Amino acid sequence: MMKYKMHVLVCGGTGCKSSDSDMIAHNLRTAIDQKGLTEEVQVVMSGCFGFCEKGPIVKILPDNTFYVHVTPSDTTEIVEEHLVKGRRVERLLYKDPQRDEIISDSKHMGFYKKQVRIALRNCGFIDPESINEAIARDAYQALGKVLKEMTPQQVAEEIKKSGLRGRGGAGFPTGLKWEIASKSPGPEKYVVCNADEGDPGAFMDRSILEGDPHSVLEAMAICGYCIGASNGLIYIRAEYPLAIERLKIAINQAREYGLLGKNIFGTDFSFDIELKYGAGAFVCGEETALIHSMEGQRGEPTFKPPFPAVAGYKMKPTNVNNVETYANIPVIIMNGAEWFASYGTEKSKGTKVFALAGKINNVGLIEVPMGTKLKDVIYDIGGGIKGNKKFKAVQIGGPSGGFLTEKHLETEIDYESLTAAGSMMGSGGMIVMDDSDCMVAMAKFYLDFTVEESCGKCSPCRIGNKRLNEILEKIAQGKGTIEDLELLRNLGNVIKDTSLCMLGGSSPNPVLSTLDHFYDEYLAHVKDHKCPAGQCKALMQYIILPENCVGCTACARNCPVNAITGERKKPHVIDQAICIKCGACVEKCKFNAVVVQ
Amino acid sequence: MSSIKIQLKQSQIDKIAEICKQFNNDEGELINVLHKTQHTFGYLPAEVQEVIARELKIPVAKVYGVVTFYSFFSMLPKGKNPISICMGTACYVRGAEKVLDELKKELNIKVGETTPDGKFSLSCLRCVGACGLAPVLMIGEKTYGRVSPEGIKDILKEYENQ
Repeated sequence: MMKYKMHVLVCGGTGCKSSDSDMIAHNLRTAIDQKGLTEEVQVVMSGCFGFCEKGPIVKILPDNTFYVHVTPSDTTEIVEEHLVKGRRVERLLYKDPQRDEIISDSKHMGFYKKQVRIALRNCGFIDPESINEAIARDAYQALGKVLKEMTPQQVAEEIKKSGLRGRGGAGFPTGLKWEIASKSPGPEKYVVCNADEGDPGAFMDRSILEGDPHSVLEAMAICGYCIGASNGLIYIRAEYPLAIERLKIAINQAREYGLLGKNIFGTDFSFDIELKYGAGAFVCGEETALIHSMEGQRGEPTFKPPFPAVAGYKMKPTNVNNVETYANIPVIIMNGAEWFASYGTEKSKGTKVFALAGKINNVGLIEVPMGTKLKDVIYDIGGGIKGNKKFKAVQIGGPSGGFLTEKHLETEIDYESLTAAGSMMGSGGMIVMDDSDCMVAMAKFYLDFTVEESCGKCSPCRIGNKRLNEILEKIAQGKGTIEDLELLRNLGNVIKDTSLCMLGGSSPNPVLSTLDHFYDEYLAHVKDHKCPAGQCKALMQYIILPENCVGCTACARNCPVNAITGERKKPHVIDQAICIKCGACVEKCKFNAVVVQ
Repeated sequence: MSSIKIQLKQSQIDKIAEICKQFNNDEGELINVLHKTQHTFGYLPAEVQEVIARELKIPVAKVYGVVTFYSFFSMLPKGKNPISICMGTACYVRGAEKVLDELKKELNIKVGETTPDGKFSLSCLRCVGACGLAPVLMIGEKTYGRVSPEGIKDILKEYENQ
């Protein structure tokens, strides 16, 4: 094997690829070739580094230099300066916005300092398309260990002891789930990986599959050994072409190496994995719906029991876990349950991956120990609110989660405390909002999503959410009443209590939590007919300030509905009855005379 | 079902039958069959669904039920350059709705429609996972990040001669 002196890692995650990282890697290889360095320097297309805000990212090892916002035209300079002369390219280094200092090594950046990477351990370190690199970082060792040294019961016991809970949202103890499936009788069982990451604004599972697919394959095989299954299925969204591609490559490589297939490691254990594609239905993240979808049917959930562990895919015992849950398994086996349980809180062990997005400086993929305070995530890792605006709320758990406010910033992130605060862990979407975001509009945004994604099987979810959405629309139009707020709350609670599955059962959460924490904002909409954040179009008014208006007539000439009148060189007026709030006048006014109220 | 009536050629019917056969005419593989068929034909009109139903020996109603359940499947042909705008939360809070409004205005079509010249179609999708680049839109396979309403005209211009 070739020994390289230096490695150049180029982020091959979806975000960076969208910003030409393929071209960057190509240009780097060409420039390295021109300098005759191909035997000394290796360019690797790695998985996601997590710091998506600063992408495309290029990292150089062994000195750990972290270049941000790299473009294909920067590559010659990187090769000539850094690789040939050993001088860092200063202008491409990360600059800490708070302290205004350059930080060249990722370890010292605020974004990475408080993170602990267990599930993401290999993302951004290895070439996800090379099984050799994965093996060099211990892939499939845990599988070898369980096959040679442990009984299936011991595996379930170890996972139970680690305290690992389902990372898809519900937080069911993984070891217990495995134990139930292992005790279900029958020669034919299935191991299913739920990679149907449907939360808008969440990309944890995608990044793991794109950056370290072998960890998931290995964990599924370990699960197969534990519960007595020889078939694995990965249910993945068709919207994730890159993840699908890398999984296919990884499965083929693992088969070639005899790590999947018949008689793995010379034992009598056989296990293979195939891919099943989703087709864009959020409800398929629910395990019974997912199983129906894999069987080629409409992805409608069914009542539990029977649980999939007893009667799942093709009515056979089936264990369903999500991608992140599986990604934790091999390290737990290798490092031991105690090591894993040393991270986290009493009831929530280990770490959790979040997709941090919205009005925050450092958008990206992060992994923190359970028990980390919300404020540490938002301010230390996330680098605070974009444009120095004021923090208003953070929404955790996607369309099923709730909004948390400033008073919750001290909350420690774990399953119980997030639920107690009125939100939930969910799968890991974390969206930050500032004071220009209207909470009524946000609640409506999530409800639009639920209404569209409701499978239609049970009436509380199908009809109830539609009615909730209509009431919110009425409020956003300024036609709501105080009674509507009570109705929202009652209806929301009924939907929660009576829906068949967790999609319906959690769908009113965004409405209920905004009602709890931002009641004043709802009141402003229904009583004063005002939207304090200035986002609800129907409640906005465009007004011309007479003191600023010089009567240039630019606004009147550009108004598409002739709502503006006034004599030349005299202040103009907008007729509110005619105005359609298109904003053309604001754009045209050179004197800041048109304002939105 | 769709109002457009199309006449499938024998070669197309054979192609669908061939796809079904690749999946052993197993009704449990219906979604995979639909994926592959849509990939080949671009969309799944009623006439195509009828052939699939016949091949897999299941009622057309079941095929139709599955096609309409999943947002990925379309019964209408898409434009030459399908535009998908991400309506995930991260893109939404960073102004995706304004970008969508601008696109609707520029193309003079609604979401789910295709321009009369067949050049562009407009759809929304939920999160492409490039939240660092929000708001994001895709035209075909190409992703555009940090899109602003003002930038829409320039992006569409790239496709003027295509």
